[in-house]
Amino acid sequence: MQRLSDRQRGFATALLDPTLSTPPGLVGPDGDESPKRFSVYRNNVVVGLTEALQAAFPAVCRIVGEAFFRAMARTYVVSEPPTSPILLDYGAGFPDFVAGFEPAASLPYLPDVAGIERAWTEAYHAREAVALEHTALAAIPSDRVADIRLALHPSLRVVRSQFPALTIWRMNVDDGVPGSVDFGSGGEDVLVLRSAAEVEARLMPPGGAEFVTALANGQTAAEATRSAMGASALFDLSANFAALIGAGAFVGYSLVDGMNPREMKAARA
Amino acid sequence: MAFRFDDQQRDVFDGQRRDGTVPPRSGVGLKPEHYRTIVESNPDVGFFEVHAENYMGAGGPPHRYLTEIRSRYPLSLHGVGLSIGADQPLDRDHLERLRQLIERYQPGLFSEHLAWSTHDATFFDDLLPVPYTAEMLARVSDHINEVQETLGQQMLLENPSTYLAFAESTYSEIDFIAEIARRTGCGLLLDVNNVHVASINQQWDPVRYIDEYPLAHVQEIHLAGYTREEDDKGRPLLIDTHDRPVDEIVWSLFEHAIVKLGPIPTLIEWDAKVPAWPELKAEADRAEAIMVATDAKEQRRAAIVR
Repeated sequence: MQRLSDRQRGFATALLDPTLSTPPGLVGPDGDESPKRFSVYRNNVVVGLTEALQAAFPAVCRIVGEAFFRAMARTYVVSEPPTSPILLDYGAGFPDFVAGFEPAASLPYLPDVAGIERAWTEAYHAREAVALEHTALAAIPSDRVADIRLALHPSLRVVRSQFPALTIWRMNVDDGVPGSVDFGSGGEDVLVLRSAAEVEARLMPPGGAEFVTALANGQTAAEATRSAMGASALFDLSANFAALIGAGAFVGYSLVDGMNPREMKAARA
Repeated sequence: MAFRFDDQQRDVFDGQRRDGTVPPRSGVGLKPEHYRTIVESNPDVGFFEVHAENYMGAGGPPHRYLTEIRSRYPLSLHGVGLSIGADQPLDRDHLERLRQLIERYQPGLFSEHLAWSTHDATFFDDLLPVPYTAEMLARVSDHINEVQETLGQQMLLENPSTYLAFAESTYSEIDFIAEIARRTGCGLLLDVNNVHVASINQQWDPVRYIDEYPLAHVQEIHLAGYTREEDDKGRPLLIDTHDRPVDEIVWSLFEHAIVKLGPIPTLIEWDAKVPAWPELKAEADRAEAIMVATDAKEQRRAAIVR
C-alpha cells in the first residue's frame, strides 16, 4: 500500500507542475483514474493564488489588462508559491518579480507601481501606534533638536521611483481616470502611511526620501538633514518636518545617543 | 419579510451574545465589503464567522472592525490553514497565532478542516483531500489532540468537499470522521453543501450520508453555493466555489438535517463574487426560517405523541 508520505509528496509535486502526469491511484467513483478530477485541485491552487495577487495589485492589473496580469501572476505563483498560510504576507516579492519579467519590460514603471501597492498592503495590516502631535516635540530644548532620533510609525514605507509612479498608480485605482503622463517630469518618491484608519500615499519633496530613510536607519535629525541636503540642494528641513508630523509619521523620539529609535517608547506629550 | 424569533428566545440569545456562546441561529461569514454596513445598521443575525488567517496581520482596519463587531455579536473562528491532514508536524507558530486570536476575540466556536494545505514549506491555499487509511487516521487524530491541548478547547472538524477518491482508502468517509471524533473528543461541523458536492462526485446518497453521520457530535452547519462541471467520462463534477446562493437541493438537505438536529448555529458562506449585504442576509433569514418552522413542526409532533 502507498505510504502517506509518498502520496502527499507526489500529490504536492504534481500540483504546481502541469507537465507531470496525474499521480496514480486518484480515482473517480468507478475506480478508474481521473486526471480531470486531479486538475480541479491544480486549478484551485493556481487560480486561488493568482486571484489573491490580483486583489492585492489592482493598479498593476488595470495597467496591463487582466489576461496579461493573470499570465504574469501564474508564472510568479508557480516559481514562488507562498510559504505561510497567512496570505496577506504573500506577494512581498512580486514587485521584484515584475521587474525581471521580460514580457513587461516595455513598462519600466510597472515594478514601482507594484511597489506602491505592496507598501499599501503592508501599511494596511501594520501594527497600531499613536502618532506624535506637534506639541510633543515642543518640549525639546531648541539646542538639542538637532540631536534627536525619531521612531517612525510601523506602517511607514518609502517607495522610490525614477518614473511618475504615484501619478500612474492614482490614475489606475478606485475611480482614477487614466490620462497622459509626462515621463520627462522626473521621478516620484512616495510616502505610504496609515497613522489613523486609512492608508495614504503622498508625494515626497526633493530630499524627503533620503531624510526619512536616514531617520529609519537611526541617524539623528542633523545627520538625516545632511543626507537629504546631499541628495537635493532644494531640501527644506522645516517644511519636510512639518509635513511628516502632519502625516503622523513619528511615534516617538529620543535624546539618548546610540539607542535604536525603533525600540523607543512613544514619548508622552 | 425578515423572520424574527419571539421575545423569550431573544432574551436567551441576548444573554448568549454577552458571554460569547454562538446561538442556534443563522450567521454570516464576515467580509470586508460588509464591515461598514454591519457597524452602521446592526443587522439581526445570530453570529459572524471569520477565517482566522485573515486576522493574523498585526493591526489595521480588519482588527478594528472585528473588535467592534465582536463587541456586538458572538463569533465563530474558522481556520483554513492549519493543514491538519498533512503528513508532517503541525506548524507550532501557526497554532500559537490561533491561540492568540482565540484569547483576543473569545470565539464561541473554533473549527478546522479534514484536509491538508501545506507540504514541506509550501502553502497551497486549497483544502486538499486525504486518503481514508489507518495511517492517516492516526496522523489526523494526533494533530487534533495537539490542537485541542494547545488551544485549551474543543475544535470542530469539517467534512470535506472532494473531487476524487484514493485507491488506497480502507474506511468510508463517515466511518473515518466518526472514528476521529471518538478518538479525540472533537466536535463536528457538518457542511451540508460539502455533503452534496462530495456525494454527487463520489456517487453516494446524500440523504443517507446525513442519516449515517455521527450527528450527536455536530455543533455547527455550513451552507454555500457550488459550480457544476463534468469529469473525464461526462459525469457531473461539482466544485465547492462559495460564489453564489445556496442551491435548492442543498436547502432541502439542510431541512432534512434540521429535522434530526433541531436548531443549530448555521453559517452562510459566500467567499467569492460577494453580493451586496441584503442578498447575503436573505440567505441567512431563509436558514433561520427553516430552523424555526422545522422546530415548531417537531414540537407539535412530540405533543401529539405524548
